[in-house]
Amino acid sequence: MLIIGEKLSIIAKRVREAMLKKDKGPIQEIATRQWKEGSGIIDANIGPAEDGGEDLMQWMVTAIQEVVPLPVCLDTTNAKAIEAGLKVHNNQWGRPLINSTSNDPERFPILELGAKYNSQVIGLTVGKGGLPADAGERAAIAADIMARAMEYGVPLEDLYLDPLVLQIATSQDHARKVIEAVKMFQEMNDPAMKTVVGLSNISNGCPKHIRPILNKYYFLMLMNAGLTSAIADAHEMAEAMKEKKLFDDVLAGKTIDDAAKMTEIKKTIDVIMGNTLYAHSYLEM
Amino acid sequence: MAFTPTKETYSGKVYSVAIGTGDGPVTFGGENVLPFHSFEGATPNKPVIAFEIQDVPPSDWPENVRKPFESVSGDPVTWAKYCQDELKAAAIALRLVGTHPDRENRSPEDAAKTVKDVLAAIKVPLIILGSNHAEKDSPVLVAASGAAKGGNCVIGKAQEANYKTIAAAAMANNHKLIAMSELDINLSKQLNILITQMGFEKERLITDPMCSALGYGLEYTYSVMERIRLAALTQNDTTMQPPMLGDIGMYVWKVKETQAPESDLPHWGSLEERGIAWEAVTAVGLLVAGAEFLIMRHPKAVAEVQKTIEELI
Repeated sequence: MLIIGEKLSIIAKRVREAMLKKDKGPIQEIATRQWKEGSGIIDANIGPAEDGGEDLMQWMVTAIQEVVPLPVCLDTTNAKAIEAGLKVHNNQWGRPLINSTSNDPERFPILELGAKYNSQVIGLTVGKGGLPADAGERAAIAADIMARAMEYGVPLEDLYLDPLVLQIATSQDHARKVIEAVKMFQEMNDPAMKTVVGLSNISNGCPKHIRPILNKYYFLMLMNAGLTSAIADAHEMAEAMKEKKLFDDVLAGKTIDDAAKMTEIKKTIDVIMGNTLYAHSYLEM
Repeated sequence: MAFTPTKETYSGKVYSVAIGTGDGPVTFGGENVLPFHSFEGATPNKPVIAFEIQDVPPSDWPENVRKPFESVSGDPVTWAKYCQDELKAAAIALRLVGTHPDRENRSPEDAAKTVKDVLAAIKVPLIILGSNHAEKDSPVLVAASGAAKGGNCVIGKAQEANYKTIAAAAMANNHKLIAMSELDINLSKQLNILITQMGFEKERLITDPMCSALGYGLEYTYSVMERIRLAALTQNDTTMQPPMLGDIGMYVWKVKETQAPESDLPHWGSLEERGIAWEAVTAVGLLVAGAEFLIMRHPKAVAEVQKTIEELI
Protein backbone atom coordinates (compact mmCIF):
# COMPACT_ATOMS: atom_id res chain seq x y z
CA MET A 1 0.00 0.00 0.00
CA LEU A 2 1.38 3.32 -1.09
CA ILE A 3 0.55 6.26 1.18
CA ILE A 4 0.63 9.68 -0.43
CA GLY A 5 1.09 12.08 2.48
CA GLU A 6 -1.82 14.53 2.47
CA LYS A 7 -0.65 17.11 4.97
CA LEU A 8 0.93 19.68 2.63
CA SER A 9 -2.36 21.16 1.51
CA ILE A 10 -3.24 24.80 1.05
CA ILE A 11 -6.41 24.09 3.02
CA ALA A 12 -4.34 23.82 6.22
CA LYS A 13 -3.73 27.26 7.72
CA ARG A 14 -0.13 26.66 8.72
CA VAL A 15 0.76 25.34 5.27
CA ARG A 16 -1.07 28.16 3.51
CA GLU A 17 0.81 30.77 5.54
CA ALA A 18 4.14 29.10 4.84
CA MET A 19 3.32 29.04 1.11
CA LEU A 20 2.43 32.74 1.16
CA LYS A 21 5.61 33.71 2.99
CA LYS A 22 7.71 31.14 1.11
CA ASP A 23 8.85 29.90 4.51
CA LYS A 24 10.47 26.51 3.95
CA GLY A 25 10.60 25.63 7.65
CA PRO A 26 7.05 24.34 8.21
CA ILE A 27 6.88 22.74 4.75
CA GLN A 28 10.07 20.76 5.30
CA GLU A 29 9.12 19.83 8.84
CA ILE A 30 5.75 18.44 7.72
CA ALA A 31 7.27 16.68 4.70
CA THR A 32 9.92 15.05 6.89
CA ARG A 33 7.35 13.91 9.44
CA GLN A 34 5.18 12.31 6.77
CA TRP A 35 8.18 10.53 5.30
CA LYS A 36 9.12 9.13 8.74
CA GLU A 37 5.53 8.05 9.30
CA GLY A 38 5.61 5.95 6.15
CA SER A 39 4.53 8.11 3.21
CA GLY A 40 5.92 6.95 -0.13
CA ILE A 41 5.01 10.14 -1.98
CA ILE A 42 4.40 13.66 -0.64
CA ASP A 43 1.32 15.45 -1.97
CA ALA A 44 1.82 19.14 -2.73
CA ASN A 45 -1.67 20.64 -2.95
CA ILE A 46 -1.39 24.30 -3.93
CA GLY A 47 -5.08 24.73 -4.83
CA PRO A 48 -6.12 26.35 -8.13
CA ALA A 49 -3.04 28.64 -7.90
CA GLU A 50 -4.09 30.93 -10.70
CA ASP A 51 -1.53 33.61 -9.81
CA GLY A 52 2.08 32.61 -9.36
CA GLY A 53 1.26 28.91 -9.48
CA GLU A 54 4.35 28.02 -11.47
CA ASP A 55 6.75 29.59 -8.99
CA LEU A 56 4.85 28.20 -6.05
CA MET A 57 4.89 24.62 -7.34
CA GLN A 58 8.61 24.78 -8.17
CA TRP A 59 9.31 26.18 -4.73
CA MET A 60 7.23 23.42 -3.08
CA VAL A 61 8.81 20.57 -5.03
CA THR A 62 12.30 21.87 -4.34
CA ALA A 63 11.62 22.54 -0.66
CA ILE A 64 10.21 19.05 -0.14
CA GLN A 65 12.90 17.19 -2.05
CA GLU A 66 15.72 19.09 -0.30
CA VAL A 67 14.92 17.20 2.88
CA VAL A 68 12.96 14.11 1.84
CA PRO A 69 14.15 11.45 -0.64
CA LEU A 70 10.67 10.90 -2.08
CA PRO A 71 8.76 11.83 -5.24
CA VAL A 72 6.11 14.53 -5.13
CA CYS A 73 2.44 14.39 -6.12
CA LEU A 74 1.71 17.64 -7.96
CA ASP A 75 -1.79 18.55 -6.90
CA THR A 76 -3.41 21.53 -8.63
CA THR A 77 -5.85 22.30 -11.44
CA ASN A 78 -3.26 24.68 -12.96
CA ALA A 79 -1.54 22.73 -15.77
CA LYS A 80 1.25 25.30 -16.13
CA ALA A 81 2.06 24.97 -12.45
CA ILE A 82 2.22 21.20 -12.86
CA GLU A 83 4.62 21.49 -15.78
CA ALA A 84 6.79 23.93 -13.85
CA GLY A 85 6.89 21.45 -10.96
CA LEU A 86 7.75 18.55 -13.25
CA LYS A 87 10.72 20.51 -14.66
CA VAL A 88 12.43 20.75 -11.29
CA HIS A 89 11.27 17.41 -9.88
CA ASN A 90 14.20 15.22 -8.81
CA ASN A 91 13.44 11.87 -10.41
CA GLN A 92 16.33 10.30 -8.53
CA TRP A 93 13.83 9.81 -5.66
CA GLY A 94 11.19 8.25 -7.90
CA ARG A 95 8.82 9.37 -10.62
CA PRO A 96 6.40 12.18 -9.96
CA LEU A 97 2.62 11.75 -9.78
CA ILE A 98 0.17 14.25 -11.25
CA ASN A 99 -3.14 14.91 -9.51
CA SER A 100 -5.15 14.84 -11.79
CA THR A 101 -6.77 14.29 -15.17
CA SER A 102 -10.48 13.48 -15.50
CA ASN A 103 -13.22 13.27 -18.11
CA ASP A 104 -13.44 17.06 -18.19
CA PRO A 105 -11.90 18.24 -21.51
CA GLU A 106 -10.08 20.99 -19.63
CA ARG A 107 -8.11 18.31 -17.82
CA PHE A 108 -7.08 16.34 -20.95
CA PRO A 109 -3.81 18.28 -21.45
CA ILE A 110 -2.62 16.88 -18.12
CA LEU A 111 -2.07 13.59 -19.96
CA GLU A 112 0.27 15.33 -22.41
CA LEU A 113 2.39 16.40 -19.47
CA GLY A 114 2.33 12.88 -18.12
CA ALA A 115 3.69 11.50 -21.38
CA LYS A 116 6.21 14.30 -21.92
CA TYR A 117 7.75 14.06 -18.44
CA ASN A 118 7.38 10.30 -17.99
CA SER A 119 5.16 10.96 -14.99
CA GLN A 120 2.44 8.89 -13.37
CA VAL A 121 -1.05 10.37 -13.51
CA ILE A 122 -4.17 10.14 -11.34
CA GLY A 123 -7.40 9.82 -13.34
CA LEU A 124 -10.34 11.14 -11.32
CA THR A 125 -13.50 9.41 -12.57
CA VAL A 126 -15.69 12.47 -12.90
CA GLY A 127 -16.84 14.29 -16.00
CA LYS A 128 -17.63 17.91 -16.59
CA GLY A 129 -21.19 17.60 -15.32
CA GLY A 130 -22.43 16.09 -12.09
CA LEU A 131 -20.95 13.44 -9.88
CA PRO A 132 -21.03 9.78 -10.92
CA ALA A 133 -24.18 8.09 -9.61
CA ASP A 134 -22.69 4.68 -8.86
CA ALA A 135 -19.77 2.30 -9.37
CA GLY A 136 -20.86 1.54 -12.95
CA GLU A 137 -20.73 5.19 -13.97
CA ARG A 138 -17.34 5.50 -12.35
CA ALA A 139 -16.10 2.49 -14.34
CA ALA A 140 -17.50 3.91 -17.60
CA ILE A 141 -15.61 7.16 -17.03
CA ALA A 142 -12.52 5.16 -16.09
CA ALA A 143 -12.71 3.37 -19.46
CA ASP A 144 -12.80 6.74 -21.25
CA ILE A 145 -9.81 7.99 -19.27
CA MET A 146 -7.86 4.76 -19.97
CA ALA A 147 -8.49 5.03 -23.71
CA ARG A 148 -7.43 8.66 -23.68
CA ALA A 149 -4.29 7.89 -21.65
CA MET A 150 -3.18 5.39 -24.29
CA GLU A 151 -3.94 7.90 -27.04
CA TYR A 152 -1.76 10.51 -25.32
CA GLY A 153 1.02 7.99 -24.65
CA VAL A 154 0.60 7.41 -20.92
CA PRO A 155 0.99 3.66 -20.25
CA LEU A 156 -1.88 2.16 -18.26
CA GLU A 157 0.49 1.01 -15.53
CA ASP A 158 1.25 4.69 -14.90
CA LEU A 159 -2.41 5.57 -14.44
CA TYR A 160 -4.04 5.57 -10.99
CA LEU A 161 -7.85 5.52 -11.11
CA ASP A 162 -9.55 7.59 -8.41
CA PRO A 163 -13.26 6.81 -7.77
CA LEU A 164 -13.78 10.06 -5.81
CA VAL A 165 -14.56 9.54 -2.14
CA LEU A 166 -17.49 11.69 -0.97
CA GLN A 167 -18.47 12.76 2.54
CA ILE A 168 -20.30 10.08 4.48
CA ALA A 169 -22.22 12.77 6.39
CA THR A 170 -23.98 13.94 3.23
CA SER A 171 -23.52 11.18 0.63
CA GLN A 172 -23.57 8.00 2.66
CA ASP A 173 -24.54 5.69 -0.20
CA HIS A 174 -21.35 6.59 -2.08
CA ALA A 175 -19.10 5.09 0.61
CA ARG A 176 -20.09 1.64 -0.53
CA LYS A 177 -20.18 2.56 -4.22
CA VAL A 178 -16.55 3.71 -4.03
CA ILE A 179 -15.53 0.33 -2.60
CA GLU A 180 -17.34 -1.38 -5.47
CA ALA A 181 -15.67 0.95 -7.96
CA VAL A 182 -12.20 0.09 -6.61
CA LYS A 183 -12.97 -3.57 -7.26
CA MET A 184 -14.32 -2.87 -10.73
CA PHE A 185 -11.37 -0.70 -11.75
CA GLN A 186 -8.91 -3.53 -11.09
CA GLU A 187 -10.79 -5.79 -13.46
CA MET A 188 -10.49 -3.33 -16.29
CA ASN A 189 -6.98 -4.36 -17.29
CA ASP A 190 -4.47 -7.16 -16.87
CA PRO A 191 -2.30 -6.49 -14.91
CA ALA A 192 -4.89 -4.84 -12.65
CA MET A 193 -5.31 -1.09 -12.86
CA LYS A 194 -3.82 0.90 -10.00
CA THR A 195 -6.22 2.77 -7.77
CA VAL A 196 -6.04 5.74 -5.43
CA VAL A 197 -8.46 7.59 -3.16
CA GLY A 198 -8.51 10.91 -1.34
CA LEU A 199 -9.29 9.04 1.84
CA SER A 200 -9.97 11.68 4.48
CA ASN A 201 -12.82 13.19 2.51
CA ILE A 202 -14.97 10.33 3.82
CA SER A 203 -15.05 11.99 7.25
CA ASN A 204 -15.07 15.60 6.13
CA GLY A 205 -17.84 17.41 8.03
CA CYS A 206 -17.94 14.78 10.80
CA PRO A 207 -17.15 15.55 14.46
CA LYS A 208 -13.42 15.67 15.11
CA HIS A 209 -13.30 12.66 17.42
CA ILE A 210 -14.88 10.25 14.94
CA ARG A 211 -12.83 11.35 11.90
CA PRO A 212 -9.84 9.05 12.58
CA ILE A 213 -12.20 6.13 13.26
CA LEU A 214 -14.00 6.50 9.94
CA ASN A 215 -10.72 7.14 8.10
CA LYS A 216 -9.02 4.06 9.52
CA TYR A 217 -11.79 1.55 8.97
CA TYR A 218 -12.72 2.90 5.56
CA PHE A 219 -9.07 2.55 4.63
CA LEU A 220 -9.02 -1.07 5.77
CA MET A 221 -12.21 -1.84 3.82
CA LEU A 222 -10.75 -0.28 0.69
CA MET A 223 -7.52 -2.17 1.27
CA ASN A 224 -9.47 -5.42 1.43
CA ALA A 225 -11.06 -4.41 -1.87
CA GLY A 226 -7.60 -4.18 -3.42
CA LEU A 227 -6.81 -0.46 -3.21
CA THR A 228 -3.26 0.36 -4.38
CA SER A 229 -2.71 3.75 -2.76
CA ALA A 230 -4.33 6.48 -0.70
CA ILE A 231 -3.79 10.19 -0.24
CA ALA A 232 -4.04 10.10 3.52
CA ASP A 233 -2.56 10.84 6.91
CA ALA A 234 0.37 8.38 7.12
CA HIS A 235 0.27 8.34 10.92
CA GLU A 236 -3.43 7.44 10.93
CA MET A 237 -2.89 4.72 8.34
CA ALA A 238 -0.05 3.22 10.38
CA GLU A 239 -2.51 3.08 13.29
CA ALA A 240 -5.03 1.42 10.99
CA MET A 241 -2.51 -1.25 10.04
CA LYS A 242 -2.01 -2.09 13.72
CA GLU A 243 -5.75 -2.74 13.99
CA LYS A 244 -6.05 -4.68 10.73
CA LYS A 245 -6.15 -8.10 12.33
CA LEU A 246 -8.85 -7.06 14.82
CA PHE A 247 -10.79 -5.44 12.01
CA ASP A 248 -10.59 -8.50 9.78
CA ASP A 249 -11.67 -10.73 12.66
CA VAL A 250 -14.75 -8.60 13.30
CA LEU A 251 -15.48 -8.51 9.60
CA ALA A 252 -15.32 -12.31 9.54
CA GLY A 253 -17.85 -12.47 12.38
CA LYS A 254 -15.41 -13.44 15.12
CA THR A 255 -15.59 -12.11 18.66
CA ILE A 256 -12.58 -10.12 19.78
CA ASP A 257 -11.47 -9.52 23.38
CA ASP A 258 -11.88 -5.76 23.29
CA ALA A 259 -15.68 -5.40 23.32
CA ALA A 260 -15.65 -1.62 22.97
CA LYS A 261 -13.37 -1.83 19.96
CA MET A 262 -15.54 -4.53 18.45
CA THR A 263 -18.65 -2.34 18.75
CA GLU A 264 -16.81 0.61 17.26
CA ILE A 265 -15.66 -1.45 14.29
CA LYS A 266 -19.08 -3.03 13.74
CA LYS A 267 -20.96 0.25 13.86
CA THR A 268 -18.50 1.88 11.52
CA ILE A 269 -18.73 -0.98 9.02
CA ASP A 270 -22.52 -0.66 9.21
CA VAL A 271 -22.55 3.04 8.35
CA ILE A 272 -19.98 2.58 5.57
CA MET A 273 -21.98 -0.25 4.03
CA GLY A 274 -25.24 1.67 4.46
CA ASN A 275 -26.77 -0.86 6.86
CA THR A 276 -27.51 1.94 9.30
CA LEU A 277 -28.24 5.56 8.59
CA TYR A 278 -25.31 7.83 9.40
CA ALA A 279 -25.64 10.43 12.16
CA HIS A 280 -22.81 12.27 13.91
CA SER A 281 -23.59 10.29 17.08
CA TYR A 282 -23.72 6.89 15.35
CA LEU A 283 -21.17 5.41 17.75
CA GLU A 284 -23.32 6.34 20.75
CA MET A 285 -26.39 4.51 19.50
CA MET B 1 -55.64 -18.32 -10.89
CA ALA B 2 -56.26 -15.58 -8.36
CA PHE B 3 -53.89 -12.67 -8.20
CA THR B 4 -51.64 -12.68 -5.15
CA PRO B 5 -49.78 -9.46 -4.52
CA THR B 6 -46.12 -9.77 -3.61
CA LYS B 7 -45.66 -8.85 0.02
CA GLU B 8 -42.69 -7.23 1.72
CA THR B 9 -42.06 -7.88 5.37
CA TYR B 10 -40.50 -5.14 7.43
CA SER B 11 -38.40 -5.42 10.57
CA GLY B 12 -39.42 -2.08 12.07
CA LYS B 13 -42.54 -0.21 13.08
CA VAL B 14 -43.51 3.44 13.39
CA TYR B 15 -44.37 4.54 16.94
CA SER B 16 -48.00 5.38 17.45
CA VAL B 17 -48.43 8.74 19.12
CA ALA B 18 -51.61 9.75 20.95
CA ILE B 19 -52.28 13.42 21.55
CA GLY B 20 -54.97 15.28 23.47
CA THR B 21 -56.97 14.22 26.54
CA GLY B 22 -60.37 13.08 27.72
CA ASP B 23 -62.85 12.15 25.05
CA GLY B 24 -60.94 13.86 22.27
CA PRO B 25 -57.53 12.17 21.92
CA VAL B 26 -56.32 11.15 18.46
CA THR B 27 -53.62 8.70 17.50
CA PHE B 28 -51.43 8.51 14.42
CA GLY B 29 -48.52 6.30 13.34
CA GLY B 30 -48.27 2.72 14.52
CA GLU B 31 -47.96 1.09 11.11
CA ASN B 32 -45.37 -1.54 10.24
CA VAL B 33 -45.66 -1.03 6.48
CA LEU B 34 -44.97 1.69 3.94
CA PRO B 35 -47.71 4.31 3.52
CA PHE B 36 -51.00 2.80 2.34
CA HIS B 37 -49.48 -0.70 2.05
CA SER B 38 -52.20 -2.03 4.36
CA PHE B 39 -52.19 -5.31 2.44
CA GLU B 40 -48.71 -6.05 3.77
CA GLY B 41 -49.30 -5.50 7.46
CA ALA B 42 -50.95 -3.31 10.04
CA THR B 43 -51.99 0.31 9.57
CA PRO B 44 -53.89 0.80 12.82
CA ASN B 45 -54.28 4.57 12.49
CA LYS B 46 -55.08 6.93 9.66
CA PRO B 47 -53.03 10.07 9.10
CA VAL B 48 -54.35 13.02 11.10
CA ILE B 49 -54.91 16.53 9.76
CA ALA B 50 -54.79 19.54 12.08
CA PHE B 51 -56.28 22.90 11.10
CA GLU B 52 -53.82 25.76 11.40
CA ILE B 53 -54.87 28.89 13.31
CA GLN B 54 -52.80 31.85 14.55
CA ASP B 55 -52.53 33.98 17.65
CA VAL B 56 -52.89 37.10 15.51
CA PRO B 57 -55.23 37.76 12.53
CA PRO B 58 -53.90 36.13 9.34
CA SER B 59 -53.10 39.37 7.51
CA ASP B 60 -50.27 37.61 5.69
CA TRP B 61 -52.44 34.79 4.31
CA PRO B 62 -53.65 35.15 0.71
CA GLU B 63 -57.26 36.22 0.37
CA ASN B 64 -58.58 32.86 -0.79
CA VAL B 65 -57.48 31.07 2.36
CA ARG B 66 -58.30 34.02 4.63
CA LYS B 67 -61.88 34.17 3.37
CA PRO B 68 -63.23 30.92 4.90
CA PHE B 69 -62.16 32.20 8.33
CA GLU B 70 -63.09 35.85 7.81
CA SER B 71 -65.66 36.08 10.58
CA VAL B 72 -63.68 34.12 13.18
CA SER B 73 -59.98 34.75 12.64
CA GLY B 74 -59.91 38.00 14.65
CA ASP B 75 -59.76 35.95 17.82
CA PRO B 76 -57.87 32.65 18.23
CA VAL B 77 -60.46 31.15 20.59
CA THR B 78 -63.35 31.81 18.20
CA TRP B 79 -61.23 30.57 15.32
CA ALA B 80 -60.31 27.36 17.15
CA LYS B 81 -63.93 26.67 18.12
CA TYR B 82 -65.07 27.27 14.56
CA CYS B 83 -62.56 24.71 13.24
CA GLN B 84 -63.60 22.19 15.87
CA ASP B 85 -67.37 22.68 15.75
CA GLU B 86 -68.11 23.67 12.17
CA LEU B 87 -65.23 22.10 10.24
CA LYS B 88 -65.00 19.01 12.50
CA ALA B 89 -61.24 19.44 12.86
CA ALA B 90 -59.45 16.41 14.32
CA ALA B 91 -56.91 18.72 15.92
CA ILE B 92 -55.99 22.42 16.07
CA ALA B 93 -52.50 23.76 15.38
CA LEU B 94 -52.01 27.15 16.99
CA ARG B 95 -49.11 29.01 15.45
CA LEU B 96 -47.81 31.76 17.70
CA VAL B 97 -46.57 33.77 14.77
CA GLY B 98 -47.36 37.03 16.56
CA THR B 99 -44.41 36.39 18.90
CA HIS B 100 -41.91 36.84 16.06
CA PRO B 101 -39.69 39.87 16.70
CA ASP B 102 -40.39 41.14 13.18
CA ARG B 103 -44.14 40.79 13.65
CA GLU B 104 -46.14 41.89 16.70
CA ASN B 105 -43.31 40.68 18.97
CA ARG B 106 -45.81 39.37 21.52
CA SER B 107 -44.34 38.31 24.83
CA PRO B 108 -44.08 34.72 26.09
CA GLU B 109 -46.67 35.64 28.76
CA ASP B 110 -49.13 36.84 26.10
CA ALA B 111 -48.51 33.68 24.13
CA ALA B 112 -49.10 31.55 27.22
CA LYS B 113 -52.43 33.28 27.83
CA THR B 114 -53.57 32.63 24.26
CA VAL B 115 -52.59 28.97 24.65
CA LYS B 116 -54.51 28.67 27.91
CA ASP B 117 -57.63 30.29 26.44
CA VAL B 118 -57.63 28.17 23.29
CA LEU B 119 -56.96 24.96 25.20
CA ALA B 120 -59.84 25.68 27.59
CA ALA B 121 -62.23 26.28 24.70
CA ILE B 122 -61.63 23.07 22.69
CA LYS B 123 -61.89 19.33 23.21
CA VAL B 124 -59.72 18.26 20.29
CA PRO B 125 -55.92 18.04 20.71
CA LEU B 126 -53.83 21.18 20.45
CA ILE B 127 -50.54 21.61 18.62
CA ILE B 128 -48.57 24.65 19.78
CA LEU B 129 -46.11 26.08 17.29
CA GLY B 130 -43.65 28.94 17.70
CA SER B 131 -42.93 31.57 15.09
CA ASN B 132 -39.91 29.66 13.76
CA HIS B 133 -37.54 32.21 15.24
CA ALA B 134 -35.04 29.89 16.91
CA GLU B 135 -34.10 32.32 19.66
CA LYS B 136 -37.57 33.68 20.50
CA ASP B 137 -39.20 30.27 20.28
CA SER B 138 -37.30 29.13 23.37
CA PRO B 139 -39.00 31.40 25.96
CA VAL B 140 -42.29 31.36 24.04
CA LEU B 141 -42.56 27.58 23.90
CA VAL B 142 -41.34 27.17 27.47
CA ALA B 143 -44.15 29.46 28.64
CA ALA B 144 -46.67 27.83 26.30
CA SER B 145 -45.71 24.33 27.49
CA GLY B 146 -46.33 25.33 31.06
CA ALA B 147 -49.64 26.97 30.21
CA ALA B 148 -50.78 23.80 28.47
CA LYS B 149 -49.66 21.42 31.22
CA GLY B 150 -51.86 18.36 31.35
CA GLY B 151 -53.17 18.91 27.82
CA ASN B 152 -50.95 16.24 26.21
CA CYS B 153 -50.25 18.75 23.45
CA VAL B 154 -47.65 18.75 20.69
CA ILE B 155 -44.94 21.41 21.13
CA GLY B 156 -42.95 22.58 18.13
CA LYS B 157 -40.56 23.04 16.74
CA ALA B 158 -37.34 22.03 18.43
CA GLN B 159 -34.39 22.69 16.16
CA GLU B 160 -30.64 22.17 16.48
CA ALA B 161 -30.22 25.71 17.83
CA ASN B 162 -32.87 25.56 20.57
CA TYR B 163 -33.84 21.96 21.24
CA LYS B 164 -32.48 21.81 24.78
CA THR B 165 -34.83 24.32 26.41
CA ILE B 166 -37.85 23.35 24.32
CA ALA B 167 -37.41 19.62 24.82
CA ALA B 168 -36.90 20.13 28.56
CA ALA B 169 -40.14 22.16 28.77
CA ALA B 170 -42.09 19.58 26.74
CA MET B 171 -40.71 16.83 28.93
CA ALA B 172 -41.49 18.64 32.21
CA ASN B 173 -45.09 19.27 31.13
CA ASN B 174 -45.66 15.88 29.59
CA HIS B 175 -46.20 16.98 26.00
CA LYS B 176 -45.18 15.51 22.67
CA LEU B 177 -42.44 17.29 20.69
CA ILE B 178 -41.76 18.11 17.05
CA ALA B 179 -38.08 17.88 16.09
CA MET B 180 -37.31 19.81 12.92
CA SER B 181 -34.19 19.73 10.79
CA GLU B 182 -33.65 21.29 7.42
CA LEU B 183 -34.04 18.72 4.66
CA ASP B 184 -31.13 16.53 5.70
CA ILE B 185 -31.82 12.97 6.73
CA ASN B 186 -28.57 12.58 8.65
CA LEU B 187 -29.17 15.77 10.64
CA SER B 188 -32.75 14.68 11.27
CA LYS B 189 -31.50 11.46 12.80
CA GLN B 190 -28.85 13.35 14.76
CA LEU B 191 -31.41 15.75 16.25
CA ASN B 192 -33.64 12.86 17.34
CA ILE B 193 -30.61 11.24 18.98
CA LEU B 194 -29.62 14.45 20.78
CA ILE B 195 -33.15 14.97 22.10
CA THR B 196 -33.47 11.40 23.33
CA GLN B 197 -30.03 11.64 24.95
CA MET B 198 -31.56 14.35 27.15
CA GLY B 199 -33.96 11.74 28.49
CA PHE B 200 -36.88 12.60 26.21
CA GLU B 201 -38.60 9.39 25.15
CA LYS B 202 -38.36 8.71 21.43
CA GLU B 203 -41.92 7.40 21.50
CA ARG B 204 -43.05 10.97 22.23
CA LEU B 205 -41.26 12.56 19.29
CA ILE B 206 -42.57 13.69 15.91
CA THR B 207 -40.06 14.20 13.11
CA ASP B 208 -40.39 17.22 10.83
CA PRO B 209 -37.86 16.88 8.03
CA MET B 210 -39.02 20.32 6.79
CA CYS B 211 -41.82 20.75 4.33
CA SER B 212 -41.87 22.40 0.91
CA ALA B 213 -44.63 23.14 -1.59
CA LEU B 214 -45.27 21.45 -4.90
CA GLY B 215 -42.97 23.07 -7.44
CA TYR B 216 -40.73 24.49 -4.73
CA GLY B 217 -38.65 21.54 -3.63
CA LEU B 218 -41.40 19.08 -2.71
CA GLU B 219 -39.25 16.32 -4.21
CA TYR B 220 -36.54 16.99 -1.58
CA THR B 221 -39.00 16.65 1.29
CA TYR B 222 -40.48 13.61 -0.41
CA SER B 223 -37.12 11.93 -0.77
CA VAL B 224 -36.01 12.64 2.81
CA MET B 225 -39.34 11.37 4.18
CA GLU B 226 -39.19 8.26 2.05
CA ARG B 227 -35.67 7.45 3.22
CA ILE B 228 -36.58 8.10 6.87
CA ARG B 229 -39.50 5.69 6.58
CA LEU B 230 -37.37 3.05 4.85
CA ALA B 231 -34.73 3.33 7.60
CA ALA B 232 -37.48 2.93 10.21
CA LEU B 233 -39.08 -0.08 8.55
CA THR B 234 -36.33 -1.96 6.73
CA GLN B 235 -33.37 -1.22 9.02
CA ASN B 236 -35.40 -1.08 12.22
CA ASP B 237 -33.72 2.24 13.02
CA THR B 238 -35.47 3.28 16.23
CA THR B 239 -34.28 6.88 15.93
CA MET B 240 -36.25 7.18 12.71
CA GLN B 241 -39.46 5.54 13.94
CA PRO B 242 -41.35 8.58 15.26
CA PRO B 243 -44.23 9.64 12.98
CA MET B 244 -43.53 12.45 10.53
CA LEU B 245 -45.14 15.85 10.18
CA GLY B 246 -45.98 17.72 6.99
CA ASP B 247 -46.47 21.38 7.90
CA ILE B 248 -48.15 22.02 4.57
CA GLY B 249 -50.17 25.23 4.80
CA MET B 250 -47.48 27.74 5.55
CA TYR B 251 -45.37 26.56 2.64
CA VAL B 252 -48.15 26.26 0.07
CA TRP B 253 -49.92 29.57 0.73
CA LYS B 254 -46.91 31.70 -0.03
CA VAL B 255 -46.02 30.39 -3.50
CA LYS B 256 -46.93 32.18 -6.69
CA GLU B 257 -49.39 29.51 -7.82
CA THR B 258 -51.66 30.13 -4.82
CA GLN B 259 -51.59 33.91 -5.23
CA ALA B 260 -51.19 35.00 -8.87
CA PRO B 261 -54.57 36.42 -10.04
CA GLU B 262 -56.40 35.08 -13.08
CA SER B 263 -56.19 38.52 -14.65
CA ASP B 264 -52.40 38.15 -14.88
CA LEU B 265 -52.34 34.43 -15.73
CA PRO B 266 -55.66 33.45 -17.33
CA HIS B 267 -54.22 30.14 -18.60
CA TRP B 268 -53.59 29.05 -14.99
CA GLY B 269 -57.32 28.93 -14.33
CA SER B 270 -59.37 29.83 -11.26
CA LEU B 271 -57.15 31.13 -8.47
CA GLU B 272 -59.38 29.76 -5.74
CA GLU B 273 -59.44 26.23 -7.16
CA ARG B 274 -55.76 26.41 -7.94
CA GLY B 275 -54.80 27.28 -4.35
CA ILE B 276 -56.96 24.51 -2.91
CA ALA B 277 -55.59 22.00 -5.40
CA TRP B 278 -52.01 23.11 -4.65
CA GLU B 279 -52.44 22.50 -0.94
CA ALA B 280 -54.26 19.17 -1.43
CA VAL B 281 -51.74 17.81 -3.94
CA THR B 282 -48.77 18.80 -1.79
CA ALA B 283 -50.41 17.10 1.19
CA VAL B 284 -51.23 13.86 -0.62
CA GLY B 285 -47.70 13.78 -2.03
CA LEU B 286 -46.26 13.84 1.46
CA LEU B 287 -48.74 11.26 2.75
CA VAL B 288 -47.47 8.92 0.06
CA ALA B 289 -43.90 9.71 1.13
CA GLY B 290 -44.73 8.70 4.70
CA ALA B 291 -46.15 11.66 6.65
CA GLU B 292 -48.67 10.61 9.31
CA PHE B 293 -49.56 14.05 10.57
CA LEU B 294 -50.43 17.19 8.55
CA ILE B 295 -51.02 20.83 9.36
CA MET B 296 -53.20 22.51 6.72
CA ARG B 297 -55.21 25.66 6.15
CA HIS B 298 -58.00 25.56 3.55
CA PRO B 299 -61.15 23.62 4.59
CA LYS B 300 -61.76 22.40 1.05
CA ALA B 301 -58.18 21.16 0.69
CA VAL B 302 -58.49 19.36 4.02
CA ALA B 303 -61.76 17.74 2.88
CA GLU B 304 -60.15 16.54 -0.36
CA VAL B 305 -57.17 15.03 1.45
CA GLN B 306 -59.46 13.43 4.03
CA LYS B 307 -61.43 11.84 1.21
CA THR B 308 -58.25 10.52 -0.39
CA ILE B 309 -57.16 8.99 2.92
CA GLU B 310 -60.53 7.25 3.31
CA GLU B 311 -60.25 5.86 -0.20
CA LEU B 312 -56.69 4.59 0.24
CA ILE B 313 -56.96 3.00 3.67
